Amino acid sequence: MKDKAFLAVNGITKSFGGVFALADVSFNIEQGETFGIIGPNGSGKTTLINCITGFSKPDKGTVYFKEKNITRWPPHKIAHIGISRTFQIMRPYYSLPAFKNLIIPLWSPRARKLGGWRGGGKHGDRDTFAVDILEEIGFERDSRVPYKLASTLPTGYQKRLELARCISMRPEIIFCDEVFSGLSMSEIAGMMPLIEKMKSEGVTLIMVEHRLRELFRVADRVMALQFGEKIAEGTSTEVIENEKVREAYLGSEEV
Amino acid sequence: MEVLVYGIINSVILSLYALGFTLVYSISRLPNFAHGALYVTCGYLVFVLTNSIGLPYPAAAVVGIAATALIGAVIYRFILIRIRGMEISEIIATYAVGLAILEGLRWGGLRGMTFVLPTFYPGSVTLFDVSIDIQRLIIVAIGIMTFAGLYLFTHFSRIGLALRGIAQDERAAMMLGIDSDMTAVVSLAIGSGLAGFAAILVLPLGNIVVEAGYTVLIFAIAVCIIGGLGSWSGAIISSFIIGFAQILTEKFLSSHFTMLVAVLAIIVTLLLKPSGLFGKQKELEERV
Amino acid sequence: MRRKERIDRGIKVRTEGIYAISSWREILYLVGPRALLILGLLALPLILELAPYWKRVINIMCVYAMLALAFDFLANYVGLVCLGGAFFIGAGGYFTAIFNVYVGLPFYLTIPLAGICGAVFCTVLLLPCLPLRGVYFAIVTLMYPLLATRVVEAFDILGGTNGITGVDAFPNAYLESYAIIFLVLFFLFAMRRFVNQDIGLVLRGVKDNDQSVRASGINVTYMKALAVFVAAFVGCLGGAYLAHLYMWAGLSLFALDFSIIPIAAVVIGGGGTLVGALIGTLILVPLSEFLRFFGTFRIVIYCAALTAFIVFKSEGLMVYAQRKYHQFERWAKV
Repeated sequence: MKDKAFLAVNGITKSFGGVFALADVSFNIEQGETFGIIGPNGSGKTTLINCITGFSKPDKGTVYFKEKNITRWPPHKIAHIGISRTFQIMRPYYSLPAFKNLIIPLWSPRARKLGGWRGGGKHGDRDTFAVDILEEIGFERDSRVPYKLASTLPTGYQKRLELARCISMRPEIIFCDEVFSGLSMSEIAGMMPLIEKMKSEGVTLIMVEHRLRELFRVADRVMALQFGEKIAEGTSTEVIENEKVREAYLGSEEV
Repeated sequence: MEVLVYGIINSVILSLYALGFTLVYSISRLPNFAHGALYVTCGYLVFVLTNSIGLPYPAAAVVGIAATALIGAVIYRFILIRIRGMEISEIIATYAVGLAILEGLRWGGLRGMTFVLPTFYPGSVTLFDVSIDIQRLIIVAIGIMTFAGLYLFTHFSRIGLALRGIAQDERAAMMLGIDSDMTAVVSLAIGSGLAGFAAILVLPLGNIVVEAGYTVLIFAIAVCIIGGLGSWSGAIISSFIIGFAQILTEKFLSSHFTMLVAVLAIIVTLLLKPSGLFGKQKELEERV
Repeated sequence: MRRKERIDRGIKVRTEGIYAISSWREILYLVGPRALLILGLLALPLILELAPYWKRVINIMCVYAMLALAFDFLANYVGLVCLGGAFFIGAGGYFTAIFNVYVGLPFYLTIPLAGICGAVFCTVLLLPCLPLRGVYFAIVTLMYPLLATRVVEAFDILGGTNGITGVDAFPNAYLESYAIIFLVLFFLFAMRRFVNQDIGLVLRGVKDNDQSVRASGINVTYMKALAVFVAAFVGCLGGAYLAHLYMWAGLSLFALDFSIIPIAAVVIGGGGTLVGALIGTLILVPLSEFLRFFGTFRIVIYCAALTAFIVFKSEGLMVYAQRKYHQFERWAKV
């Protein structure tokens, strides 16, 4: 069953020992749009990302990317064809400095073939290139920050480093797993331009978020999950006014 | 018929080897690579106690097992407790301790073929047209009783239930007041005691040699990996699988290959189903 | 209230970047220890002219150093703990013997060839456990040398318990000593360079967070295989040299010593600094010669030392020494 959509997700079902983390979730993504996924805790958002990006194998369902069936591919192959993701629980490469963290994605076969973000980095001198990317992300170039060990960076910088890791590979789709969580307002304000920039470059963003206000500022369409099922899909206003979504987040009056 | 009988005997022996190892791993996630060393130590201790000191055999057996359990507890309390959680250091440390014990015994005099433990009851019987030593029958009987006993212990006694609690979810058990270090000491003591117990049962079939330490360790690991690290029923079932495989190879090829079978089984399992038959660890790679 | 703080020494800061060549003092600070090591090692065979027995000990020590380098690289830079270094030595030794005795190649061809063939052989055999957690790799590597001895014995191949005799010796005693010393020094500095290259960083990333490496589009299993190949190559070269040194390849190449001493050397010498592996063997191997008098008790001593270091001072000697060399401590008021 092929769809003409950029990314077509159909009927993803995943259970862990009898508990359905995901039950028949389907949606389509167009190229270049920003798609939000919301839902209370435990609704299966991270599991959905894991299933699509190959870190988990769905029990049922298919994922088609540009009309190619990528269901159950290993994660590095999926990253190689252009779908990358951030991790909610971040673990940067602790023993390496911040800019060296980017050497690893810049070394990947995809980056070597296409050149990293903004071209360049195809051969040699990935170091300067990595610092360039960090500067675009928002690390101050002349300070010591890019050269500090990744384990010593504050959360805001670590989140941005995580995004930088994704961007370095010039992906076509980025799954952002709660990139705004744990950040202060000023740090979020610092990340917004980056997201706007990625949008303007034509990258498709799929953002799983709890912070709805920030999400609705950037998302074109939104989908809501609860207990592993899709309960709403549409523009942000449509979804936020949906009865079931309100019930999921706020609870209902009836006992 | 012969294959069936000897298969059962071999399988029970293998599961006795593996019981101590799997118990310690499933409860405290500690791979106890000193398992084989503890096995040989108990055998040697009992030999020394009966021969040089002259204790009556039953008393020597009890003292031997208790001493082995104590050594296990000491290993935890003074060495492992400081490196808990760093899996690689645990493996290296327990392996080093085991090696030290084994080579120390070798240097201390455990060489040659003269060390033998007495059987419980000499002689043999003929069952189903097969001649079996009584010792081997005793092993099977006691083995089955041990499994039953362990099952009852872990399901019905307070300490046993505490051990199972820690095995299932360490943090939750700690919140309920079960001390993780204390249970680790207990589990390592029981595991070592089981190793000693296996030694007393099985060593009378042959001699006490240091090489047995390595062999027992490898067989225990093979059984646990194929059954799935952390699963007791898996360990018992996989010991039957390996046990029969070994007897069949012995019958049709030669007895040199028994260890080869065990290691091949490990490799095949790792290739096909790494978590083993009943492994509780569904994801053997780091969690996302 | 006082607390201890550690500050880089002035001279360390003055040697960053281009300023390292600003004066003789800075150059000496950087080059000194390395020159000491290189010149010391190179001078050893000359100094020991008077004691030929110890020359052989140094040669064997260098073989252990190769293994220790391989172990340090695998364990501390890639996250794979290999408990069976003897397997590399055995593979390298037997391949060399085959190439030399059955095929008739001279030693300067057999050693590199055995290195490569042995490395391929070891990598292929270790492939099944690469996608899995470190525990499984450790278990399987532990078993392989023990298994190999049984296989050779049981099938009575490759000379069975007698081994393959008649392997050529080195034509010249100096070549014998210096060949291995050059190999050790070469690989020490080459590995250092390797782990700081981009590909080495990817391997270190695999140790830190392999899910992240996967998400960056890199096949982690392939990377691990590459790392094992490199380490096996170093180990097999050592084994190949050993076969020519003893003029014989036999079951003792799979001995426990070859598995334990490198681990002990790395832990004692300082894991994670490749030099520590070398320093560790420099201490342990001559020590083991002194202890030969005690028979297998020496293994007890290594293991006890190893355990003591792992438990109490797991950073090792070189890390401690480097810290003292580069930084000083003082009490500061809070």
